[in-house]
Amino acid sequence: MEFNFDSIKNFFSGQSSTQNARRIASTFSSLKAQNRKALIPFITAGDPTPQITVQLMHQLVRSGADIIELGIPFSDPMADGPTIQRSSERALKHHVSVKDVLAMVAEFRTVDKKTPIVLMGYANPIEAMGYESFASQARACGVDGILIVDYPPEECEKWVQCLDAYQIDAIFLLSPTTPANRIEQVAKMAKGYVYYVSLKGVTGASHLDLNNVGEMLKQLRDHISLPIGVGFGIRDGETARAVASLADAVVVGSRIIEEIERSSDNDLLDNVANFSTGLRNAIDGNVSNIQPKT
Amino acid sequence: MNAYDLPSKDGHFGPYGGIFVAETLISALEDLRKQYEFYRSDQDFQAEFAYELKHYVGRPSPIYHAKRWSQHLGGAQILLKREDLNHTGAHKINNTIGQALLAKRMGKKRVIAETGAGQHGVASATVAARYGMECVVYMGSEDVKRQATNVYRMKLLGATVVPVESGSQTLKDALNEAMRDWVTNVEDTFYIIGTVAGPHPYPMMVRDFQAIIGKEAKVQMQADFNQQPDVLIACVGGGSNAIGLFYPYIDDTNVRLIGVEAAGKGINTNQHAATLLTGKPGVLHGNRTYLIQDEHGQIIETHSISAGLDYPGVGPEHAWLKDCGRAEYVAVTDDEALHAFHALCRYEGILPALESSHALAYAAKLAPTLAKDKLLLVNLSGRGDKDMSTVAQMSGLTL
Repeated sequence: MEFNFDSIKNFFSGQSSTQNARRIASTFSSLKAQNRKALIPFITAGDPTPQITVQLMHQLVRSGADIIELGIPFSDPMADGPTIQRSSERALKHHVSVKDVLAMVAEFRTVDKKTPIVLMGYANPIEAMGYESFASQARACGVDGILIVDYPPEECEKWVQCLDAYQIDAIFLLSPTTPANRIEQVAKMAKGYVYYVSLKGVTGASHLDLNNVGEMLKQLRDHISLPIGVGFGIRDGETARAVASLADAVVVGSRIIEEIERSSDNDLLDNVANFSTGLRNAIDGNVSNIQPKT
Repeated sequence: MNAYDLPSKDGHFGPYGGIFVAETLISALEDLRKQYEFYRSDQDFQAEFAYELKHYVGRPSPIYHAKRWSQHLGGAQILLKREDLNHTGAHKINNTIGQALLAKRMGKKRVIAETGAGQHGVASATVAARYGMECVVYMGSEDVKRQATNVYRMKLLGATVVPVESGSQTLKDALNEAMRDWVTNVEDTFYIIGTVAGPHPYPMMVRDFQAIIGKEAKVQMQADFNQQPDVLIACVGGGSNAIGLFYPYIDDTNVRLIGVEAAGKGINTNQHAATLLTGKPGVLHGNRTYLIQDEHGQIIETHSISAGLDYPGVGPEHAWLKDCGRAEYVAVTDDEALHAFHALCRYEGILPALESSHALAYAAKLAPTLAKDKLLLVNLSGRGDKDMSTVAQMSGLTL
């Protein structure tokens, strides 16, 4: 995992203003200009089959996604609930590796040069590949950001340096229990957006307290200038709209995986598109006037 | 050489250990770290821990000289640290008492645990009953089927056993599920991890509670044999009984430390659990350590005749002791362990756990190569009653 940052920086120093650089930032700034909030759906690469993932990504963009979070399957997804774990298991039946995930992003990029792609996963598959090998290939394939769930800021300084060198945004989680000094620390390291986990527990849980989310986002904005996405516990248009009134982005994962699970090969793309379009319409529906229920 | 003082403040043993968890668990771990830091040097806490170990567990566990077996092997003398004589029949209870006392002081009314064969689950259910706490034990559904007796023991003790259907439905999946419970119910729940793995402070805390094994051994060796052992031998799955014996001896560099992993059907097959011998460093279950994984970083299912050694990771302190050369790690196969199991039954009238039989098997290999005045201290970490049906099955019998 040791590598020479300087040579990489030199390599990219002439390219910092290429059209690929920081798609996430430009996506958020154009949304802001339109007074709109981002919809960020999550799917696991290779679920239910590797063949359908790129089609599914294009379909999500057509049905309102602004950014796509693409999960890297892992055998032990400790921070995820049963729904996302099942999606990981389905993908691993097809032996989907990090390199396969990057190949899917590259294929997606041959058509879509604009929609940011954020990878999400666990440390071990990345460590098995090596930081520099991963980051250089991810950059070449058109990856814009990555969130490693089990890398808290204390444990990933070198990782973030490596991502910076390749101009990939390091996305971090914040939770209701994150104290102010840690929020500061994340603010210094994070790029792109930060992902606020809106409840205690794992992905796919159902108890979302919107008042708490509102309070916490106020505190977060004292420290963090990046856009803030909120995820965990968003299950329908109503919760998506309520969260969109508070946050810059709405992240929806388990609920989309459930659509995939209940679909056959024939109606999978349509079902996901219908659900995603519903979220999009709910989020866009007069965002600024919706208040959380008390 | 400076006195051994690991882990560092942030929980690292060299490059290993640390806190590799999602943000949602960070504050709970920080709270646990602070509380443990306080009670670690709190006299009342330590006094209550010592009282419970003496009166409830039955410590100190004796050191027994296995004379007939040593004579038969024809070399060094084999001494056994009798953790099998503890209440509940294994070393696991040392740690669950420590963590339950901490949970009580932290005001937690509910404890959860993961278990493979069920020994840690039973030890957790036992202390939950002892201190009047609710107890939920996560156990892979495969293991629930294989270990029906232990499942019933836990239920008798008042615990709820939750079969885990995800992944390989074994210990590592039970650990994932227990972590999920903890992150969801962190306010009233204490997670009793059963081995020296997991995020900081668990590897340090579990080691400290298990270190009673080595501390007693030092005193007993001096009193009974007027010298310290030449070699310490213990089996290593996650590695809690081994670190418990080794830790007080780490600075005594004239004492060899040997950890014995499970070679299953052979370390050249894909059916073993010899993590330190064949694995590569990576991140799993909250810490960086050696892992049995494929080339893509996915964790591979392991195999051992002994469920307690059947784990694809290993405690981060063992990873460090291996890398820095202080401890040696070897592996013995299912067959070798089984052979040692029978030998101890026949020569000493002691039924060892299959886990401990791995340590015994290596002692049986090493003893004949050493002089008769050399002393090998083997941690007999548990008794073998739980393994009756496995051993019978291996001999072609059904009980």
